[in-house]
Formats: sequence, structure tokens, C-alpha cells
Amino acid sequence: MKGNEAIAHAAIRYGADGYFGYPITPQSEVLETLAELKPWETTGMVVLQAESEVAAINMVYGGAATGKAVMTSSSSPGVSLKQEGISYLAASELPALIVNVMRGGPGLGTIQPSQADYFQATKGGGHGDYHLIVLSPATVQEMTDFVALGFDLSFKYRTPAMILADGIVGQMMEKVVLPPQRPRRTEAEIREQCPWAVTGRGSRAHGNVVTSLELDSAKMEENNLRFQQTYRTIEENEVRFQEYFTDDAEYLIVAFGSVARICLKAIEEARAKGVKIGLLRPITLWPFPKAEVRRLAEQVKGILTVELNAGQMIEDVRLAAGEAAPVAHFGRMGGIVPNPGEVLEALKENFSVNI
Amino acid sequence: MKPEDIIKPENKVYSRPRLLNDVNTHYCPGCSHGVVHKLVAELLEEMGVEDKAIGIAPVGCAVFAYNYIDIDWIEAAHGRAPALATAASRLNPECLVFTYQGDGDLAAIGTAETIHAANRGENITIIFINNGIYGMTGGQMAPTTLLGMKTATTPYGRNSELNGYPLAITDLLARLDGTCYVTRQAVHTPAAVRKTKAAIKKAFTNSLEKRGTSIVEIVSTCNSGWKLTPAQSNQWMVEHMFEKYPLGDLKNVEHKA
Amino acid sequence: MKEEIVIAGFGGQGVLSMGKILAYAGLMDNLEVTWMPSYGPEQRGGTANVTVILSDSPISSPVLDSFDTAVVLNQQSLDKFESKVKPGGTLIYDPSGIHHLPTRTDITVVPVDATEAAIELKNSKTYNMILLGALLKCRPVVEIDAVLRGLKKTLPERHHHLLPLNEQALRKGMEMV
Repeated sequence: MKGNEAIAHAAIRYGADGYFGYPITPQSEVLETLAELKPWETTGMVVLQAESEVAAINMVYGGAATGKAVMTSSSSPGVSLKQEGISYLAASELPALIVNVMRGGPGLGTIQPSQADYFQATKGGGHGDYHLIVLSPATVQEMTDFVALGFDLSFKYRTPAMILADGIVGQMMEKVVLPPQRPRRTEAEIREQCPWAVTGRGSRAHGNVVTSLELDSAKMEENNLRFQQTYRTIEENEVRFQEYFTDDAEYLIVAFGSVARICLKAIEEARAKGVKIGLLRPITLWPFPKAEVRRLAEQVKGILTVELNAGQMIEDVRLAAGEAAPVAHFGRMGGIVPNPGEVLEALKENFSVNI
Repeated sequence: MKPEDIIKPENKVYSRPRLLNDVNTHYCPGCSHGVVHKLVAELLEEMGVEDKAIGIAPVGCAVFAYNYIDIDWIEAAHGRAPALATAASRLNPECLVFTYQGDGDLAAIGTAETIHAANRGENITIIFINNGIYGMTGGQMAPTTLLGMKTATTPYGRNSELNGYPLAITDLLARLDGTCYVTRQAVHTPAAVRKTKAAIKKAFTNSLEKRGTSIVEIVSTCNSGWKLTPAQSNQWMVEHMFEKYPLGDLKNVEHKA
Repeated sequence: MKEEIVIAGFGGQGVLSMGKILAYAGLMDNLEVTWMPSYGPEQRGGTANVTVILSDSPISSPVLDSFDTAVVLNQQSLDKFESKVKPGGTLIYDPSGIHHLPTRTDITVVPVDATEAAIELKNSKTYNMILLGALLKCRPVVEIDAVLRGLKKTLPERHHHLLPLNEQALRKGMEMV
């Protein structure tokens, strides 16, 4: 099935409570598939087409505040609109899953694939100091698996998580093994697991309040310090990445999402000719695998980042690599996807590699 | 007769509703919010629904409503309360979900969320405080500001060519198939307060019985913003606001269309 | 085994669904598959293409610069993809509407007049299945039985009565090569 369809199936099987979205290419299949599968008749999951991206993310905010597992999906221009709600979710320490199937920008841009929202996703995006946990799928199987992973991490740390996919992995069809159906959590489980949730007071002595507002500066700084502490814990525990052919690599490519697969093909071709190139694929774009980049930078003669943008992740790679290895960028924009041959050309140009 | 002989539980005719927290509010003296808060607290208590009530607070003067009424609350982004209420209500159908919004929140920045939630017939109550001005930010023009009315951003009076016309959004909402009860009330006299209480009660009942969206607009004063005394404000409201925003039911149907 | 295929033509010619059936057939044969469409507002008219990869080992890039096999159904697609067939590869094309014939000699070039054949079968929707039959004759990467099982999986139940016609079209395409 398509990556976008896999997201829908995985959400139902995770036992998600609600999806709120708005159509936009290239991710409309998420809402379409959910509508076709009618989970409200089986698991009781709520599926709603909102009047706007702004409304959709604020529905997610409202739903998340009640302790439910809720999500939305969109593509770049729509995710820009969602930044308000995402900032509120982060500030109110609420779990939620946001899927961005990126298309080319800026502005209305193009509906073709892109990775130009790396900065937006990993550096905050909305106002205020916050981070999202950002997962980067490269296969349709990972589109499936990261729904559960994203929800789980988001509930564990009470912070929103994002699946940052590109149009390729959203539109591509591959073989998928779907997880078994999990039941939705009961009201009692939600009350127990999320004592902060707004569920109606029930037997509590006082009301719960979910808010991001705190006019007392000292308390607001305390809140910020707590958020930062959570981010440090996430950085310590949740870095995920995959390495290919790095053991003996003389050059390293760093790429994420489906671009990493294009690079892998290029590396296979180069290795067939005896050129030792390795690949590091960050799976969590935030937290970023800094230590791994540093370790490999000490080993290789040069690092090439390959991205569907003008050079965004390269900033994190450069920060991590420091002076240990030169870092160059190769990227295509506007919805153009480089092929493996172009990646090898870029390696040749930047590092005079003889391929 | 000594005072102690009179102060006995059986002689008590009025007290602060139990759900109204014993704190000072940040509202200006004479503001309508205090009365409406009290009515909401009284009704939640009287109807026995405090344990399943979820309030959605706005951005505006009522932003701290959650500090005053001791139930579960979510504080929304500016204008988005109906979107939050949509999800809270759909995901928790056993709960009574209501929003409490001002005119800037509901009829300017949140117009889309308001109209679409009402058009979907969400089973929620919208309590709408219309005082024709932005109180929290210091008295700027609201969508409901009357023509000629002076505010911080219309210092020479609202001019239709420059600023458009006052928006009677409740009239629009009454036209939507998703709404079941749309009414306009006020709280400037004891009689009006009683009518408003009955209106909110009806709205809450509709929400509990899943009849669609109920909207209770309360035409209100903002004596600080209007730069009048509370008494003058009430008089000004009766003389000017009620002309554009006449009181009474705009819609009252048993079931949504 | 690894077969990298591109199918290209006008939107509405069944390009994407032909790729989809091929991918499902691969799935039925327990192969790894990727199906990567050019997507966009070209659902009716305009050009559409899809890359299908079938392999017995995990597939890296779903985006390719050269192909083992290209199936091209209009002039633009022929112009675009002829040069991208690997030496020794296969180029299948429908000659109707083609003015400039393929010129390469280091690949196998197979004309299949599926337009004509679909008219003979009295159903224009069999067009892409005829081409798929021709493709499988040239490059037997999956069993015809797997295609039929894949088809059964992709076709909604209400269209299952069309399965025999589709099989007929597949076989017709195979005979035409």
C-alpha cells in the first residue's frame, strides 16, 4: 500500500482516538483512507475533516487535552498553518502526533516531493522555545511503524511528535506488515495514565486545567526549564539512526527519508567500483544523532549531506562534525528528486573521489 | 433581636456558588463577566453536571475563567475554542462541553471556527460575551463595535468606509442548520439575569441531550473600555447596543434540521 | 533477481494501475516491490509515469536514472525514456501515435499495437493488460498466475466479473510479441 494509506491503517490499529485533518496534496490519502475504513464503526475512532488546518490542529489540541491519542496530517503549507496549535501543544505538555508529507516550497510551491521543512520541524516551527520529536521514515513500513512509535514517545514525554515524511514515501507503494489491532484505551485507563487530563472532574476534588498561559515570569521560566529538561532527557535516550557500510568508509553520506535510499543505491554502485562510501541515516531528526556524526567524522575524509532542499540538515551535521571532516551539501529543490548518478557526481565534485 | 439570631443556615437566602473559587477576579468593577461566571457556576452545580463539565476558555478578558470556576478547563488559542470544543465533545460524548468567548475571539479571529462548529451542529454550548470592544488588550475596536463608537483603534469613531459594519454574528449563526438554540440576552437588571440563567440552562440541556449547537449571546458592558461608570455603561448599552443587538430568542428548535 | 521497470504514457491510459497490478503480482510471488508514481494533477490527460521495482532482496532507491525495461505509450514518454533503458534492456512501445521511432540498437525494441488489440477485444480498458502481457512475455519476472491473483486483490469485488476478460487481454498481449 501507499505510505499515506499505511499511516491511516496504522493509526486505527494503534487504537488512536481521533484524527482531524484537511485535504492537501500529497497527503490526502490519509483522510481518504480513514474515511473509507470507517473506524468509528469498529474501534470508535473519531475521524473529522476540519474547516482548515488551523481548526484541525486546534481540534488535536482540544482532544489531546482530554488525554486521548489524537493526530493530524498535512503537507508543508498546511503544516505552516498548524504551527500555532503545535506551539500550544508543546507549551501545554500534551501528547499528539503530527504527520507532514513534505512538498516543495516556499509558498504554495509545488506538490512534488521535498525535504525543505527540516528547519521548521527540528528547530521549533512555531513561537517559543520548544522541540518536537521528529521521526523520518524512509520506507512504507516505517510510515506504518512510526505511528505507534510517535504516539508512544509523545505520551512518554508528554510532548508532540512529528512524522516528517516526503512526498516520495507518502505516494510510494511497498510491501507492509501491519501491526495487530490494539484496543483503544478505556476512560478508566486514561484517567489513570493521564491524571492531568481534562475529562470532567469526576471524583477529583478540583478541576484540571490545561493551559499554556502563565503571567508570573518566575513560574513561566520554571515551566520553560521543565520543558528543556524533558528535551535533554529525550536527547539522551531517544536518538535513532541507521548506518550502512560505515565500518570501512572513507567518505560518508548523511541523508534522511527516501533520499537516504537513493544515496544507498549510489553507494552500492560506488562500492561495486571499489570506492568505500558509507551512509548515516538519522531516523530521529530531533534529537539528532550528533555523537554518531562526530564519531564517523573522525574516521572519514569527507561528508556529503544529500537533501531535497538548499542545505538544512547540513547545519546540524557541521555542528556535530566540527573540524574533524569537511562537510559539503548536495541538494535539489522545487520537487526535483536527484537520482543515484547525480549523488555520485556530487561526491566526485566535492571530494575529488575517483568513481 | 441580635445578629446571631438571624445568621442561621435556615435563614440564608443567597451564597456564593460552591464552584466559584474564593479568589479575587481580575475583572473591572461593573464588568458583566462576574455575573455570567456566577450563573455558569450556579447552573453546573444545580444541574449536577460539574463532574462532567469541560469548559473551553478564550483569549480575551475571560482568559482566566479557569481560575474562577472549579471544573475541568482547557485554555484555547485566540478564536479556536470551538475547534477544541469540537474534539473534546466528540471524543468525550458523555461530557458537557461549553466555550466561553468574547466578541474578538468569537466574531473576528475565530469566525471560521465558530461558524463551522455551529454548522456541523457540534453538541456544545457557546457563551458569547458581546461588549463591542477589546477589553483585555486595552479597548480596541471589536467586530461588534457600533458605528461611531470611539475605541483605541477608532479614535474618531467607527467609520463604515474605513472599518466596515458591526457584525451581528449571532444572526448569522441562527441561519445555520446545525444550531438548535440561538438567543441574545443581557445581565444589566435582575430580571435580565434571571432570563440569561434560563437561557444558559436551556443551552446546557440541549448539549447534554445532543440536539446541536446552542449559542447564548450576552450583550455586555465594558465600563473601562467605554470610559463610563458601571451605571452609565448599563444605560449606554440599553440606549445604543440593544438597537443593533436586540434581545430575545433568534432560534429555538427541538431538533437540529 | 532485480527488475527495474518504468511505465509511461498519458494519464487515463492505465499507466499507474498497470504498475500497481505488476507490483501486486510481485507481492504474490513474495518479491520485494516498490511502486513510485509521478503524481500530480495529471489524472486525466497529461503525462504520467510509474517506476516499479521487483527484487528478491531489499530495494534501496525507489527513484532511478536507468531501467531494465521501459513501457512507453506516447511520443513524449518515448523521447524521455528511450535513452534511460540500460544497454541490453527492453523497450516496449505502442506504435499508434508514434511519429519518431526508437533508434537504439543496443536494446531490444518491441512494438505492441495494444490500441488495435484493445479494439479487437471490444474493450478499451483492456489496453494496459495487453501491454502487461507483452511485458511479461519479454521479461517473465512474475508468473501470470500471480498477476491474476494480484488483479483479484486490486479489483473491487463488483468488478470481479471482468477477471476473465483481463486474462484474455494478458494472453493476447503475450501472443503479440
